[in-house]
Amino acid sequence: MTMAPEEIPGKGTFERGVHPAGRKSYAADTPIEVLPTPDKVEVPLLQHTGKPAESVVKPRQEVALGELVGKASGFISASVHATVDGTTQAVSVATLPNARHVQTIPIKSGEQPLAGDALKQDHFGGDWPSSGLEQHDVQRIRDAAADAGIVGLGGAAFPTHVKLSPGEAKIDTLLVNGCECEPYLTSDYRLMLEFPAPVVTGALLAARACGADRIVVAIEDNKPRAADAVRRAAEGTGIEVVEVETRYPMGGERQLTVAVLDREVPTGGLPMHVGVVVLNVSTAAAVARAVLRGKPLTHRVVSVTGRGLKRPANVLAPVGASYASLIEHCGGLTDDAARVVAGGPMMGFAVGDTEAPLTKGIGGVTVLTRDDVRTAEETQCVRCGRCVDVCPLHLVPTKMALAARNKDWEQARRYYLTACCECGCCAYVCPAAIPLVQLMRAGKAEMPPE
Amino acid sequence: MAEAEAKKTESQSRPALEVAPGPHVHHGALTTRRMMLDVIIALAPVLLVSVAVFRLYALKQIVLCVACCVAAEAVFDLMRHRRPKIDNLSAVVTGLILALSLPGTAPWYVAVVGSAAGIGLGKVVFGGLGHNIFNPAMVGRAFVMICFASAMGATAYQDETSAVHAVTQATPLTQLEQTGETTELWRLFVGNTNGSLGETSALACLLGGLYLLIRRSAAWQIPAGVLLATGALAVVQNAMNPGADWTAAHHLLGGALLFGAFYIATDPVSSPLTPMGRFIFGLGIGALVMLLRVFGGYPEGVMFAVLLMNSVTPLINRWTIPRPVGGPVERKT
Ligand code: SF4
Ligand code: SF4
Repeated sequence: MTMAPEEIPGKGTFERGVHPAGRKSYAADTPIEVLPTPDKVEVPLLQHTGKPAESVVKPRQEVALGELVGKASGFISASVHATVDGTTQAVSVATLPNARHVQTIPIKSGEQPLAGDALKQDHFGGDWPSSGLEQHDVQRIRDAAADAGIVGLGGAAFPTHVKLSPGEAKIDTLLVNGCECEPYLTSDYRLMLEFPAPVVTGALLAARACGADRIVVAIEDNKPRAADAVRRAAEGTGIEVVEVETRYPMGGERQLTVAVLDREVPTGGLPMHVGVVVLNVSTAAAVARAVLRGKPLTHRVVSVTGRGLKRPANVLAPVGASYASLIEHCGGLTDDAARVVAGGPMMGFAVGDTEAPLTKGIGGVTVLTRDDVRTAEETQCVRCGRCVDVCPLHLVPTKMALAARNKDWEQARRYYLTACCECGCCAYVCPAAIPLVQLMRAGKAEMPPE
Repeated sequence: MAEAEAKKTESQSRPALEVAPGPHVHHGALTTRRMMLDVIIALAPVLLVSVAVFRLYALKQIVLCVACCVAAEAVFDLMRHRRPKIDNLSAVVTGLILALSLPGTAPWYVAVVGSAAGIGLGKVVFGGLGHNIFNPAMVGRAFVMICFASAMGATAYQDETSAVHAVTQATPLTQLEQTGETTELWRLFVGNTNGSLGETSALACLLGGLYLLIRRSAAWQIPAGVLLATGALAVVQNAMNPGADWTAAHHLLGGALLFGAFYIATDPVSSPLTPMGRFIFGLGIGALVMLLRVFGGYPEGVMFAVLLMNSVTPLINRWTIPRPVGGPVERKT
């Protein structure tokens, strides 16, 4: 059962949402392994919210691991770095699973001074101090995060230095998000379990940068071992570790601020408007690495998991590696594999072209079999209201989707179409198999601004 | 195209990958068909009691209505050049509810016309399942009530020459209206009284209703609203007429109230979407039933109450747009 710790104002849960089968067991017990350096990576210049980075390399240029190849263009943008040692090629274009066409810098791998277990140790091993961090200047922490090209690793890929620079807003709490509420995914879990120290150090540094006095690490109560590990690592730092109910989408910023702090992020606003910054655990670790070791974000842990894979695993992989290389490393697809999803099965996008490059925000590759996916054809909405019963934002999905389908923007506004966070709970329960999220996503994109 | 490329670049032979919008997993047990099946399962106790009490009367009505509703659905679908969707079982549910809301004594053509009208006027003219405003079974029943008033009126329920005991009596509500005589509570509870086929046994309705609520195939707010409003108004009415034998408990257990509250009012298509809306809808039905029972010319008002509240469902939906988490104001960032 969820304990609602007395110290936190929230109830440790939020209203509505769904309980999809966790299916974490495919990869939960495999320690993080390192992807053998692929022959080639393709580093997208846009893998975050905001403006694309600008290429600062020429074709056929020798680059070293961690060297800047794309420079952030503006405040809401993020730099990208070479994720292998090698030679650049001419700028190319790739289609990401979310259907965005982005420019990429392909890099052909050369000799790798750092690979295998050494790479893993370089990332997460060694000493991570949890005291004496006051010596790091606030602005320097923000700059280090910006220079390292850190974006939210939990999925939204929002540039982290922006979150750490709240400007006028007064931040009192840093929420470190270790929920990993998507079914199947275990990359944050493995990180917390194996390397809680960089998470703790990163949280302390991030809290310093955004001016938060209080740090709460929230972990779903289906990961008690991870919670214990982080609790031990955080001893004496004042960081609180709370276990929140396992309920999808607990890892959503809006749900988590309610569950932990009993604060509602205003519709159309950000957590900073209620004094909160939310940072994913992997992002926190990346901040620690950037500030203390000056290392940019070049790799991330990805769970490559699901019944459609021969050997599910958690892999430390360079950004820009192809989905195919990850799948191949994990033994390849089984015969009944039907769908490769970039991310988890609730919010992830189906991968059409497995040569597409991995981006910073993707925490998992979920391979589903024919039996796992739904094939029912869409039928009429029977107005059963189940979508209403599960929407964590208390919206009326059927009306919003209908408005989006009919391009009835007045009705779309009346039902707050733009408030939808695309969590997928509504479509998950819809007995008529209506593609509610797809309709809403399209509606949001098409709706003219007021 | 993407697939072909992937094949080119990857040496090992691999299965074809498909692209589809997320979420990629689904709460597998939830389908429209399953919801309808739940209603049918929940109707089982009611069907059993009706056959036990009304014998062949019930059997005839049930078989006729279900067959005609399914046939009507198929025919109308074909006329609109659509693949008949009878496999979602919704026509079966309409047929069962219509049959159970008819008097056993109603002649065969009442069932046939009621089914055709229910499916045709109640559903198809609006564009099929999901688009109808009114509960199709109640549309069918209202239609035959207008067409064949004598076969459907209060006195038509009774046939003193019948071999089936229940049919020889007047229905409890008619009896009350005409002679002031009150039926014992336990008989209303068990169901060996005269009435529309499905309404006589409160016990059967409660059993099936409970199943629907546990399976969440019916929204609990609706029966809760109905029972609350009827119960409260009945207590008020009792207080105003002290000494009346027909108590609030009689109101709750008698007539089609429970059958209506659990099986008719809970039709998802014609009831509101939000929990608050459903509760208001239930309260409205309960209140209307009491008003019709106390002031109306007909002894029984569940059908009218449901149809009336169906007509305001779109309005209720508009009134009860929930406050989104984070408040309704779009904050400019
Ligand atoms: S869950 Fe599906 S069928 Fe039910 S009201 Fe929502 S959109 Fe309609
Ligand atoms: S409407 Fe949007 S926020 Fe609500 S359940 Fe559906 S996807 Fe999630």
